[in-house]
Amino acid sequence: MTKDKITNDSFKTQEYFVNMGPQHPATHGVLRLILTIDGEIIKNIEPDLGYIHRSIEKMCERDSYQQIVHLTDRMDYLSSHINNHAVCLTVEKSLELEVTDRVKVIRTIIDELTRIASHTLWWGVMGMDVGALTTYFLAFRDREMINDIFEETCGARLTMNYNIPGGLMNDIHPNFIKRVKEFLVHFRKKLPEYDSLLTNNVIFQKRTKGVGILSYKDAISYGVSGPVARGSGYSSDVRKIHSYAAYDKVNFDEVLFTEGDTLSRYKVRIAEMWESMKIIEQLIDNIPEGDISVPTKAVIKLPKGEFYQKVETARGELGVYINSTGTKNPYRMKFRSPGLSNLNALNQMVVGGKIGDLVATMASLDIVVPDIDR
Amino acid sequence: MTNEELQNKIASINNSLEFTEEASEFLNITVNKDDLHKLCTDLKSDTDLSFDYLFCMTGIDYGKELGVIYHLESIKYRHQIVVKVKTEDRENPVLDSVTDVWKTAEFNEMEIFDFFGVKFNNHPNLKRLFLTPDWNGFPLRKDYVDVDNIVIK
Amino acid sequence: MIKTIHDWLFSVMPEWAASLTEMVLIAVFYLTLFAVIGLYLVLLERKVAAWFQMRKGPNRVGPWGLFQTMADALKLVTKELTGTTKADKFLYNLAPYFVIVTALVAMSVIPFTQSVQAFDINIGVFFLLAVSSIGVIGILLGGWSSNNKYSLIGAMRSGVQTISYELSVGLSLLTMVLLTGTLQLSEIIANQQEHGWLILQGHIPAIIAFMIFMIAGTAETNRAPFDLVEAESELGAGFHTEYSGMKFAYFFLAEFINMFIIASIAVTIFFGGWLSPFGITEGIIWLQPIWFTVKVVGIIFLMMWFRWTFPRLRIDQLLKLEWKYLLPLNLMNIVIMAIVIWLGWTI
Repeated sequence: MTKDKITNDSFKTQEYFVNMGPQHPATHGVLRLILTIDGEIIKNIEPDLGYIHRSIEKMCERDSYQQIVHLTDRMDYLSSHINNHAVCLTVEKSLELEVTDRVKVIRTIIDELTRIASHTLWWGVMGMDVGALTTYFLAFRDREMINDIFEETCGARLTMNYNIPGGLMNDIHPNFIKRVKEFLVHFRKKLPEYDSLLTNNVIFQKRTKGVGILSYKDAISYGVSGPVARGSGYSSDVRKIHSYAAYDKVNFDEVLFTEGDTLSRYKVRIAEMWESMKIIEQLIDNIPEGDISVPTKAVIKLPKGEFYQKVETARGELGVYINSTGTKNPYRMKFRSPGLSNLNALNQMVVGGKIGDLVATMASLDIVVPDIDR
Repeated sequence: MTNEELQNKIASINNSLEFTEEASEFLNITVNKDDLHKLCTDLKSDTDLSFDYLFCMTGIDYGKELGVIYHLESIKYRHQIVVKVKTEDRENPVLDSVTDVWKTAEFNEMEIFDFFGVKFNNHPNLKRLFLTPDWNGFPLRKDYVDVDNIVIK
Repeated sequence: MIKTIHDWLFSVMPEWAASLTEMVLIAVFYLTLFAVIGLYLVLLERKVAAWFQMRKGPNRVGPWGLFQTMADALKLVTKELTGTTKADKFLYNLAPYFVIVTALVAMSVIPFTQSVQAFDINIGVFFLLAVSSIGVIGILLGGWSSNNKYSLIGAMRSGVQTISYELSVGLSLLTMVLLTGTLQLSEIIANQQEHGWLILQGHIPAIIAFMIFMIAGTAETNRAPFDLVEAESELGAGFHTEYSGMKFAYFFLAEFINMFIIASIAVTIFFGGWLSPFGITEGIIWLQPIWFTVKVVGIIFLMMWFRWTFPRLRIDQLLKLEWKYLLPLNLMNIVIMAIVIWLGWTI
């Protein structure tokens, strides 16, 4: 280029596209984001989904209700017990089946253990996404204990099946209470370590404070739920609002932070682990005696009608919608997944930020791709 | 508000609605597809109703018709209703988008477009969300056939 | 011993042949040293990381996994070299050598003991800084020529980062040079032998300079918390995304050698190089390399500790830290040091 040809145009910056995923360390699975970037500044994000879509909703239309329960733990694999619980609750609600108190309490304890396990994993990954690699191993040390408990209880460590319509598959293992108590003692000592390693770190605070802000109004409009919503000060805890299982009998607080940034979402999850421990502690010594399941027919036929039940998974509000025509299969089944709504809000949160902000914000959304891709 | 009060209140906004509570825990409102956007805006903006949280949006194939079901909740009052809308046109079903009322509808409408083929007017970026753009047919419709991938029991 | 070999070489050969042989011998020695240091630092890092993370680390190949990194190197050597078709082939292949050669050249001026120093020039510190900043060209080339957007972002980040932190490295060393009055590394150590380690001589300003040097040095080597160049959760692997096999290993080894160089500079300038603390083992020559190694490993352990504990900074925070905090602090520190020397407050 000769000298006189250099005009202002020559120095114009140009936006470019970057493919983040489907194989990318920060997208936690097969999520693909098409980023429009100007230098390091993000201009637009377009998620491209479906890399792990298994059409669970279509499969449900073919399966019996007992089978459907086992499909759901493949959705959000980190809160598989809670997903199963949601389907069971919907079926029980439609059959007007009242499960025993023992079942309710055990389901609540299992759900809360699942929540802690999911949040510990999230914490490890969050640390890794902002560059602190050791968090992952600390988190797995603690999650391992819960996985051992689950393995003893239901035989599986990841896609766990324990709930069935009408109750539980089997009674809790004789060691269950002892091991849960051991875990609580252990985790009460270890959870402060999480704070001293990551939460109170200056770099971490700088990376997350004021980053990825989602306002209260936007949070509602985007229908976000779970810790993401509560980080924006929007009270959305299904356990409190539309209480199910034994949650109305226990005393716990809904954690709310109002800043709406990545750090507040982070703090919500850390505080939720404390609350979950509180719930388990209240219940673990008071598991009532009783049957572990109410007998149901071998082929469950739901009455004609529409049924909806929501539960609070580790990621937010999971809704199960069943449209039944009175046969052994649902006519239409829909899962309202928390991840889809949360991901919908991502663009709003990170546009204008840096690539590093995107990674931190996405970690704070705690996205599990199979949950979005059902 | 109880379902009965809700019914009275909503009927005063639009008197062409059908209400039913049969076989559902929620109050079901069936709305003509032309009135959908107007009703949604009213449901959200009315101070006594303030349905500001669209917590579930389901596409459904009724056989003859295609429908969309909106589950709404008010953060303030915690009452819930269900709005249903149907369209008989299976070839080119078109509904109004509610993304300007609830932003969460954006991905949900894309999903319904993907699986049921319902198009939404005024949607900011309507494309297939999960399937590839060249996918043939709409898998969650009842008349969808795929001999290779769907196992029929 | 070195003297004996030197004399023997010159006695059996004509002068030119002797010098040539000596040069080759020195080169071979340094290359071996280079490989051994690189490989064992990788092993050390993995062991340290394992220790921090409640793991065992490599423990299968050889006793305590001592041959693990050798096996890894063997694997990398035998691996197929893949690359992108649209890469600028010449620059793409050149880049790893830039990085590795600069690291090797920088090692030549470091005094391992009183007598083991390949190249004792009178501008030692300046030479180190100049050479070590060439390495960034290799990273820029690698990132640019790979024809990959992640590599490009990584390379640009690297350019910005190295140019910024070079200043702090230079200025913090300059602070110490005020004390010694010489840039020659052997004389800097001789000064310390006489008056005590520089970090003690210069006390407060020296400690500040040391801290700045450690921060900037970590940033220079592109290690966490300043590993934005690689930032695996953001850019995949950053500038070396498209490299495989031995070319990748060059980048990888260079990172560890650079870490070793930064630690060696810190030891030489602040902690008396091969000198024993307070001269307790002065005169025992064979302890000199051991003291040097112990100190270097200590500093390297500190850098590894940073890496396995801290989260990564964001690019704007990285630049803010340098230009708004470290640089002004550094300039002030030089003035303080000058005043300390002027008033004779050194210890």
